[in-house]
Amino acid sequence: MSNNLGSMPLRYRVTIDREQCMECERCIENCSYGVFRRDGDRILINSRKCTACHRCLAYCPRDAIMLEEQPCDYRSHPVWTRATREAIYNQARTGKIILAGMGSVANLPIIFDHLMLDACQVTTPPTDPLREPVELRTYLGKKPSRLDLRRNPDGDIELATELAPNLMVETPVMLGHMSYGAISLNAQISMARAAKETGTFMGTGEGGLHAGLYPYQDRMIVQVASGRFGVNIDYLERGAAIEIKLGQGAKPGIGGHLTGEKVSKDVSRTRMIPQGSDAISPAPHHDIYGIEDLSQLVRSIKEATEWKKPVFAKIAAVNNTAENVAAVARSSVDAVVIDGFRGGTGAAPRVFRDHVGIPIEVAVASADRELRKQGLRNEVSLIACGSIRESADVVKAIALGADAVYIGTAALAAMGCRVCGNCYQGLCPWGIATQRPDLVERLDPDVASKQVANLIHAWTLEITELMGAAGINSIESLRGNRDRLRGYMLDEGLLDVLDVKPVGA
Amino acid sequence: MMVKLVTIDAKGMHYTPLNQQVRRAVEDGADEVVVQNVLGQRFIGDGLKGDATIHVYGVPGGDLAMFMSGPTVIVHGNAEHAPGNTMDAGKVVIHGSAGDAVAHSMRGGKVFIRGNIGYRGGIHMKQYEAQRPILVVGGSAQTFLGEYMAGGLLIVLDLDGAMKARGIGSGIHGGEIIIRGDVDDACLAAGAKKVPLTDEDRRRIAPVIREFAGDFGLDPEPLLNADYTRIVPASARPFAGKYTWE
Amino acid sequence: MCGIFGVMDKRRQMMDGSGIRQALSIMNERGSGEGAGYAAYGIYPDYRDCYALHVFLDNACESKAVVDATLEQWGAIEHDEAIPTYDQPNLRAPCTPWRYFFRPDPSLAPGSATPEKDVITNLVMQINRASNGAEVFSSGKNVGVFKAGGAGSWPEAVADYYRIEDYEGYIWLAHNRYATNNPGRWERPDPFNLHDWSVVENGKITTYGTNRRYVESFGYTCSNFTDSEVITYLIDLLVRRHGLDINLAIRALAPPYWEDIDQMPKTEQDLNRALRFAYGSATMNGPFTIVAANPDMMVGFTDRGKLRPMVVGECGDCLYISSEEAAIRAMEPNVESIMMPAAGEPVIGRVAP
Repeated sequence: MSNNLGSMPLRYRVTIDREQCMECERCIENCSYGVFRRDGDRILINSRKCTACHRCLAYCPRDAIMLEEQPCDYRSHPVWTRATREAIYNQARTGKIILAGMGSVANLPIIFDHLMLDACQVTTPPTDPLREPVELRTYLGKKPSRLDLRRNPDGDIELATELAPNLMVETPVMLGHMSYGAISLNAQISMARAAKETGTFMGTGEGGLHAGLYPYQDRMIVQVASGRFGVNIDYLERGAAIEIKLGQGAKPGIGGHLTGEKVSKDVSRTRMIPQGSDAISPAPHHDIYGIEDLSQLVRSIKEATEWKKPVFAKIAAVNNTAENVAAVARSSVDAVVIDGFRGGTGAAPRVFRDHVGIPIEVAVASADRELRKQGLRNEVSLIACGSIRESADVVKAIALGADAVYIGTAALAAMGCRVCGNCYQGLCPWGIATQRPDLVERLDPDVASKQVANLIHAWTLEITELMGAAGINSIESLRGNRDRLRGYMLDEGLLDVLDVKPVGA
Repeated sequence: MMVKLVTIDAKGMHYTPLNQQVRRAVEDGADEVVVQNVLGQRFIGDGLKGDATIHVYGVPGGDLAMFMSGPTVIVHGNAEHAPGNTMDAGKVVIHGSAGDAVAHSMRGGKVFIRGNIGYRGGIHMKQYEAQRPILVVGGSAQTFLGEYMAGGLLIVLDLDGAMKARGIGSGIHGGEIIIRGDVDDACLAAGAKKVPLTDEDRRRIAPVIREFAGDFGLDPEPLLNADYTRIVPASARPFAGKYTWE
Repeated sequence: MCGIFGVMDKRRQMMDGSGIRQALSIMNERGSGEGAGYAAYGIYPDYRDCYALHVFLDNACESKAVVDATLEQWGAIEHDEAIPTYDQPNLRAPCTPWRYFFRPDPSLAPGSATPEKDVITNLVMQINRASNGAEVFSSGKNVGVFKAGGAGSWPEAVADYYRIEDYEGYIWLAHNRYATNNPGRWERPDPFNLHDWSVVENGKITTYGTNRRYVESFGYTCSNFTDSEVITYLIDLLVRRHGLDINLAIRALAPPYWEDIDQMPKTEQDLNRALRFAYGSATMNGPFTIVAANPDMMVGFTDRGKLRPMVVGECGDCLYISSEEAAIRAMEPNVESIMMPAAGEPVIGRVAP
């Protein structure tokens, strides 16, 4: 025995109501983690393998399965929580950095939940979206700060300013970057179809563009990350826009890697690396060590694609986000994506996930304010991401200064993901975060794309209603309109950063 | 067949119109494009396709031949930061030296540099099936050579006897670095290991060395017969031992 | 929730203030008797080359000293005096209305195409931003605003307090306030003025926050917290500093819907898209009718959903824009035509050169 710690208390306990169970074995078929097995005339349960992915519950025809979290108590202690104690046991045993899936689990207040939206009463009337257009159409990219006009021979005024390419989205909700490799091809195809159907865009992530996505390439934002996986001129030319990934909210300051197990034949072809080798993305882009190098990378991409496509840059929300955004805004970049510390990930060191970065709400607010202060707001669009959970979050993010948002986890949840956080195991029974063909097959793009499209559609309706209630009929009138927000139980310092008044003021 | 040659005077020209002219010349079927009076223009040959040869006279700016997929670029002078960056196919020949991050993330084709290169040469080069990038440096290389290298072949001939690279191959998880002469163990970074150059290896690199020597008018024989140190990844999974799951 | 009125004589024939007093008072039902105001162009022919600064002074000694010092820093005071006022029953003045005729020093705004106006803009912001007991409420050449707030500030009372029938102008704007906040503050009712431009608004924009942050990024400071303040600055920015024709400026402030832009011919589409690109943050939403004037024109426009009324009348050389037709007829019983323009159809009247 290499340690004296023994086994940890169960994280989940799975039980079967034997009266209800008809022993159809769907739980055995569905559980990719091996919780269930048949032994003679009984279905046996190994709760230790359970991830609370709910696949068995969802597919049990008799509702016979029940799941309980943390069935075993520790002595309760406000400092030495269960999580801190278990992390110590893990590291005492292994001596390694703890990796975890999905976003931050730190139990910190969520600012979005402390921001209340405004509605019109008598001094202004609400807009009725049934009757009056409420415009959600958003153009992402550089806008001129002023226009040059000329008179044509007929005496009409014409535009002399050349507009930079912009992406037109019909709703300010886009599908964020999740790479092929981190998620399955069927998951990507489902989201791509939903993007096409709803008039929005989807990020490829840093894993290249699989040929199966070519039919949707005019709805894809192709990502260039430090690993440059799958990046060549063909890839750049296919995308509707190109995004340079400089950081990720779930793990600011570090790179990432896709473990060799997930680099299947198809993933290896799309990433253009050998099968089974780790796909390592270094922390920095090694051709960007100074801000002027970012300009060089941006312009190299624009030169390669003849200045026809918007180029985005994504950064993690950290202390000096405002300064970073202002710097990026001067680099020919067309939109800056800011990823908050609650952003999702397939795998991130727990210590980064829960301790590094700042909330998206303050990052967006301070970035918008700094850009306006420096006269740069029209130079870039701002895209907020990292824990956008519902339509109200979208509206609040835009009122704080964002032009649009990316969603990630919410889109995965629309396809069945239960946020169990075991993405890194590669055994996702929902067919999302896995490359195992039998599991991937479970996710039918015809069905899942509809679910994602439904989610975007529903949010779009809700955003329309919320804007209408606030008497606002175009999204640019919501952008940065912090006067339509109020902070509920937020401290004065935070309100000052957000530039939002307290409730009642 | 007549070779179609187009000459462009780049004096005082911004890189965007210069690249447009080069692109147009290649699209119009030029076999050779001669660009005169280059001084600092970046991105020459950026994203360029086809099989034309571009002769660059002067000192081009950074990211020469970035994303290039096919053509040959010959620089009669030094180059700056990251020539061959994320290059796909084709060839870059530099009759001089180059700056940092040469052949960064290069995934195919060849970059030959007669002189020296700066820091982080060949960083994160990678290969896939038949696509195998080759970087050959005639002179010396600086620190972090072949860092994060994931594939391809990187040769340093150290013709001037001033090899300075330390921290060689940190995080290397694919490909190989071959350096003429011996390399002190202290110059190797974590994840890299030295192995002897086998006869098979020597046969494999011989055509590359001949081609390099040919391009720069060198006698290949002493190079073919010299002693080399071969540096390869200790593991294709350099970080496998660093993490545990929650 | 307010009543607004504007009249302009295209041939610069002078009208005294009695007519507009009459017109505004017809719309008393639209107000709450807690604020009204008038603006008139052409009233100071003797000081036509000076900027007329109307200032509310909380204290005729200390506050005035601050204003004097600020003005001397930015140029030369040609003449200053208390604005003549006449006590009205029920109208209590918490401040002293004062006027300066002032020559700004253009060398203090080097590199500007309109240095005098930049100086005026800066000094108005400087005085109004500080809590010094002084509020500049009008600052143009040959133009003046007369307004008051608080209980008893019905249109007639305010007109009589200043005796606006003693002034003659070729453009008059008027505003009857239905107060919702700070009813006692005299600077709060419209018209709002910054040098050339005066603005009266009926309605309430829902985009104040976005619009304010936008104009403030160009160096304006909003210290009055009224719609008409931010609207005045937006118009000054778009027309004077960005050189937009007034038509396009209004288009930027109340743009067509995308679905309409999508149907336009290409050149028009390009222009309208570019306007929305550049001026998305200047777009005003919510219900409003705005009448604005500068020495050369008077314009009226509504929000793009046409949520507030706007009636336009014409009679001879006179153009009238009003919240209600009755007000036009009260001033000009023989009005020749009455129109109610649709949303997106601004009314632009220009004074003959």
